[in-house]
Amino acid sequence: MNRKLLVATSKGLVVWDRKGQKEWVVRDVHFQGFPVSVIYADTRHQVWWAGVSHRHWGQKLHRSFDEGKTWDEMPVPAYPDKAEWRPGKAAVLKKVWTISSAGPDKPEGLWVGTEPGGLFYSNDYGQSYTLVESLWNMPGRMDPTQWFGAGRDLPFIHSVVVDPADSDHVYIAVSCAGIFETTDGGATWAAKNKGLIAAYLPDPHAEQGHDPHLLLACTSHPNVLWQQNHCGVFRTENGGQHWSDVSDPGGYVHYGFALAVDESDPLSAWVIPAMSDDQRVPPNLALRVCRTRDGGKTWQSLTSGLPGECCFDIVFRHALARQGSCMAFGSTTGNLFFSDNDGDSWTCLSHVLGRVETVTFA
Amino acid sequence: MQTVHFTSALKRFFPDIEPQHVEGQTVAEVLDRLETQYPGLKSYLVTENGALRKHINIFVDGDLISDRDTLTDQLGQSQDILIFQALSGG
Repeated sequence: MNRKLLVATSKGLVVWDRKGQKEWVVRDVHFQGFPVSVIYADTRHQVWWAGVSHRHWGQKLHRSFDEGKTWDEMPVPAYPDKAEWRPGKAAVLKKVWTISSAGPDKPEGLWVGTEPGGLFYSNDYGQSYTLVESLWNMPGRMDPTQWFGAGRDLPFIHSVVVDPADSDHVYIAVSCAGIFETTDGGATWAAKNKGLIAAYLPDPHAEQGHDPHLLLACTSHPNVLWQQNHCGVFRTENGGQHWSDVSDPGGYVHYGFALAVDESDPLSAWVIPAMSDDQRVPPNLALRVCRTRDGGKTWQSLTSGLPGECCFDIVFRHALARQGSCMAFGSTTGNLFFSDNDGDSWTCLSHVLGRVETVTFA
Repeated sequence: MQTVHFTSALKRFFPDIEPQHVEGQTVAEVLDRLETQYPGLKSYLVTENGALRKHINIFVDGDLISDRDTLTDQLGQSQDILIFQALSGG
């Protein structure tokens, strides 16, 4: 049973302890008053990583070996001298978007996705980082029609998915550029965007320029990947060779940010829809989680325990967590909900948080 | 010898920070000296390419420095340097 719930908010990291089946109590607040944008619980070492995106002082990373009792400030990835995100525009670290294990066979390995458009690798568990130049130098990375910002001025890498059977096999997701795959530990990369739609481009089927909001894989079926995209929900059964649109055009499932998948069932996934990209509110101002059990052929709305009227909550891409049959999500308006039955019903743990950026179980 | 004063907000990260007397002919040199006194401080003030962070201001005898990119503003014999954060809400 999961014991802790880590909630990164615009005003700090809040840690809940589980007491019994449904009860959670706040144990600690870390980085009080500061925007914690990333939290990552590394199960290889029982280590917590926190990314704090200070408005004044820049991006910082902190690491804790004792569940938050103490934190060490760690180096952050730095772009090399002369690195440019566009010709004549120096690349400097804006934000860390994701931190990920590089796999159990690389215990000191970490992948870090950043803005602008950087993927960094650490082989010494965060003491130092190297920009993955093979991706940085890909054709198209400098092209403002292929790599560009979405909701931010600059493109950013927010998802890293490592194949559990082969740590050299990695997918990343870039907003905006799309999905990229390496099968050789990052030496070479290939775009994996066939079947996706970029409705905002002159060519909606362009090789690059797509906007995956979040990418996840089914752990036990690593060729099955899901993405909540700007232009729908997409699923692949062949490792991204081709994506299928599994949105529900007559229902609610199309636009949104958050996504969860089942570790063992490749047909199950959850999303939390938003109305549209020009109305970022819940459909009908009612909060709902939508679940599929058949690979996206049909979707079921789960609303028990969620506010059903005059609700303005949006759930960001990293703010929906799932472990076993337990799920939790936090919203832009500071609500936090928990379910211990796969989303069938929800309990509100808090409605007074800051804007929730990331939720994870630990 | 320059005298450097810090915004109190930096106490959250550097609890022992106090006004310092340091040598330096440019703002960049002063920050290098301060880094030896308070390791890690520079990363709070400048980006990895050495430019002053967007929401940090440095005043020399009451005037904002002019070179925010490479901090080459020349300093006199004895000047007061103030390191402040800009005001921003949220």
